[in-house]
Amino acid sequence: MSSTAKLKIWRGSARETGRFETYEVPFEPGQSVLDGLRWLRINKDPTLAMRFSCINANACKECMMQLDGETVYACTARLEPREMTLTPLPNKKLVRDLVTEIAPPSERFSAP
Amino acid sequence: MTPEPVSIETDVLVIGSGAAGLYAAIEAARRGARVFIAERSLIGRGGATVMAQMTVAAALGEEVPDDPQHHYADTIAAGRGLCDEKLAQLLCEDAPACIRELDAWGVGWARKNGHITATTAPGHDRPRCVYVDFINTGPAVSKTLRTQIARKDAIRKAGDICIVDLVVSDGEVTGAVGYHLGSSAPVVIAAKATILATGGLTRLYRRNSASANMGGDGYALALRAGCALIDMEFVQFFPIGHLAPRLVGMDPIMWDPFRYKLGGQLLNGAMEEFTSKYGSDEDGKYVLARDLATYAIVKEVEAGRGSPHGGAYLSFEHCSEAALREAFGPVIDRLAENAIDLTKMPVEVAPIAHYHMGGVKADAAMATDVPGLFVAGEVVGGANGANRLSGNAITEALVFGRRAGKSASTRVRQTTRRDLGAGDTRAALDLVRAEATGRTVPNTAAMIAKLQAVMADDVGPLRTAAKLKRAVAAIADLTAELGERPLGGGAFDLQRLEWFDLRNMLAVARAVAESARNRTESRGAHQREDFAQTLPQWLMHQRTTMRGGEVEVSGAPAEALAS
Repeated sequence: MSSTAKLKIWRGSARETGRFETYEVPFEPGQSVLDGLRWLRINKDPTLAMRFSCINANACKECMMQLDGETVYACTARLEPREMTLTPLPNKKLVRDLVTEIAPPSERFSAP
Repeated sequence: MTPEPVSIETDVLVIGSGAAGLYAAIEAARRGARVFIAERSLIGRGGATVMAQMTVAAALGEEVPDDPQHHYADTIAAGRGLCDEKLAQLLCEDAPACIRELDAWGVGWARKNGHITATTAPGHDRPRCVYVDFINTGPAVSKTLRTQIARKDAIRKAGDICIVDLVVSDGEVTGAVGYHLGSSAPVVIAAKATILATGGLTRLYRRNSASANMGGDGYALALRAGCALIDMEFVQFFPIGHLAPRLVGMDPIMWDPFRYKLGGQLLNGAMEEFTSKYGSDEDGKYVLARDLATYAIVKEVEAGRGSPHGGAYLSFEHCSEAALREAFGPVIDRLAENAIDLTKMPVEVAPIAHYHMGGVKADAAMATDVPGLFVAGEVVGGANGANRLSGNAITEALVFGRRAGKSASTRVRQTTRRDLGAGDTRAALDLVRAEATGRTVPNTAAMIAKLQAVMADDVGPLRTAAKLKRAVAAIADLTAELGERPLGGGAFDLQRLEWFDLRNMLAVARAVAESARNRTESRGAHQREDFAQTLPQWLMHQRTTMRGGEVEVSGAPAEALAS
């Protein structure tokens, strides 16, 4: 079964000037949204920024983003053969693309 | 424009915030040192600790009598003759105190009848491995230590910091240069003592059980600072990493706790027991050592008797739903969300890169060859020899972390503060401050995937001279492709981060491949199909150093080099 998921991804480093880019990624049942994003970086566009660390275990909790307006972990949200809209967390400071500042203030870098 | 460098001054710099880094920070701080933790991911979230769903070995002797000497004997036996005895001794002797301290801090070790309960992991002579239910050991350890550091004003910490190079002044490590991912600001950290707690190198392999940020950067940092690495050929493959069906939201090494509690059957593609053919009859219990199990599964797949996805079946079909539920509670629901019902179907498992026995050469004070630089946790080489005993990884993170923190604080008291000279930081700052080029070629993500394929296919569990020669050549090609100058640039540019990652990963990959190529015997996790015997003349460590930017491996017995 060959099928594709269409990922509509918010890109940019400022909320006002951002834009959506849409990519098609191959889809297999059981895959996660993060699988699709990682495939995309390797095969289409390595400039896409997102946070991820543990990839699959849902242990690091770094891959938080919004899928169709709802906050999810990209590693546990399932990829589906349809258009899926991915946006950065709306209530956190934007860093780049799907990356936001999610660390507690005491664990962030700041000039001394 | 690259922002101006930010300068930070501290007594102790800790690089990495898994269990080793966090414990080191706590120990140094309570001995009076000011600490700065630099983490390339988020504090306590990247690395291996948070992924460790299994057990922690310590001779507590609460349920049955035990003694660190028994733990030591098992560690030495598992190491196939190559354990550094002083490090192994420290590991086993200090383990109970660390486990009890974590207990006092509320980690929540599983208890039965008022005692911390332990399970018998393969290779241990008695129940010795403690855990936190359900499959929550690593996250609980990480959270507990993170809570402790939050209470100490002497500890500052920052995530999203990529350390690019250690600073060496007059032969001593005096800090580090890196940059902040979010702002791309260069960061210069001056420290009287520096502790590497960067974990292992599992990211070098396609299928691995650790985080995407464990690409061996500590080994590369240490090499470039003038340290020696030892035993780099010994990469541990965890035999029963999850393979199929696709399972999200779980660590691929999750089946180990199932085996501790419920046994389970390892079967080949024809649903036949097969490990007895390779010298270890399971007999319904989980006793098979990791190196042997990995060998048996890979051989069975090679012989055409693998499971459909190229591994083995692991079956718990003999267990009742009630037994599964009692042992693993909510985990059973997570499996159901993935359409896995263990009472009705086996899963497929296969070896997966899991841990690195090799690493930075250190003494029992966790001091490296270069004054000012200490190491803690998986980045330390030698404690586990050629094959690590189950349960010793978090143990060494805790024990070595605590010891490194102590040693670093001692050095702080004996060292006067010095400013970093411009000459000491120039080369690293020059790399960090490389202007954004807009260049997007090569694709760094694709290069990492390619390196992972090379390592998995040719420097995996079963090695030959031809495979290793091919790997060394492929690594050289990738190194040339990477070039001398970083690409990308700007806020949170993963390409620039991956460029720095590849700079480290390729040096470390070469160290592993060259060490494996030299070792013309089979021992523990290093299995050569063209040299199947374990040879007495190879009862020795190989050293990896860096000279003129090139990785060099030395220490092979004379007759092996001549052949």
